[in-house]
Amino acid sequence: MAQDSGQQHPLSIYFGIWGLLFVISFFSYMVDYLNFQGTLRWTLILIFMFLKAGLIVAIFMHMAWERLALKIAILGPPVALLVLVWLMVYEADYTFLTRIVFFGEGAPLPVHH
Amino acid sequence: MSEAVMTDTGDVLPGGARGVVADFSADKQAFQVPWGKAMMWIFLLSDTFIFGCFLTSYMTVRMSARDAWPVPSEVFALSFGGEPIPLILIAIMTFVLISSSGTMAMAVNMGYRGERNKAFWLMMATAAFGAMFVGMQAFEWTKLIEEGVRPWSNPMGAAQFGATFFMITGFHGLHVSVGVIYLIVVGRRVKSGFYDRTRGNYEMVEITGLYWHFVDLVWVFIFAFFYLW
Repeated sequence: MAQDSGQQHPLSIYFGIWGLLFVISFFSYMVDYLNFQGTLRWTLILIFMFLKAGLIVAIFMHMAWERLALKIAILGPPVALLVLVWLMVYEADYTFLTRIVFFGEGAPLPVHH
Repeated sequence: MSEAVMTDTGDVLPGGARGVVADFSADKQAFQVPWGKAMMWIFLLSDTFIFGCFLTSYMTVRMSARDAWPVPSEVFALSFGGEPIPLILIAIMTFVLISSSGTMAMAVNMGYRGERNKAFWLMMATAAFGAMFVGMQAFEWTKLIEEGVRPWSNPMGAAQFGATFFMITGFHGLHVSVGVIYLIVVGRRVKSGFYDRTRGNYEMVEITGLYWHFVDLVWVFIFAFFYLW
């Protein structure tokens, strides 16, 4: 079994990333608080989400320092999940349109803002 | 980051892309990490599929619902005797979980430095943050149930909201709760010197850390897709 001596890193890295996660979370919260809408809202939400996810996986979970074989084996399959998401976007759209066609426009519940 | 490494039998495996070939064609093991760590990563991968399925179905259900989806910043707002503050509870929950990830990372570091006591207390702090998180999630559930949210209907919008919300946050909350117990068990073993006696290292703390960071990771996605979107 290979030795684990490469798992000790200066504590400052963790504090730095920790602080960064708080900052990014604050920005994410601001996206809603400042009521951004539309494409800007979604783009910012996704960017901040992937930034936080990336930092947690790479630094806190040590993936940045692992061998490429492990990186590929673990990070590859979730990328394949994106294909599922892509397919389901079309599926959901189809279901939505079919419901309109077969059940009429329908009366959406009132939503107050 | 991925440099040459020596196996315990004295072979040298190259880094980079050639290392991938060398690793997967090795005769003894593919991943040059302790088996416990490899298995935790593989378990987390399977858990990623589970949560991926739930979040994808949430997306599908929400996109195909004809009724308007409840507005999260209104549904999850709390008012402290005045204006309702949108998403305040969720912001605090995110803060708590990120703090717990920080204490966990420090616990792992302390473990590798042989600082048994500090590692124990940091793990207990992590568990305490986790318990706080579950408590707040439970409060949110009771509040929504009181307001009439059910898996099959709710007064705020599309009927499917409750089902997706309770399923996803329920599964996540369950993972956090299991993690709290896991942390307490491993933490107590760290304190008692169990890992000094049986293994001579604190890899278990790192493996526990992987699970805990995963729980935080899932929350990052839930936070973005459920509460912000």
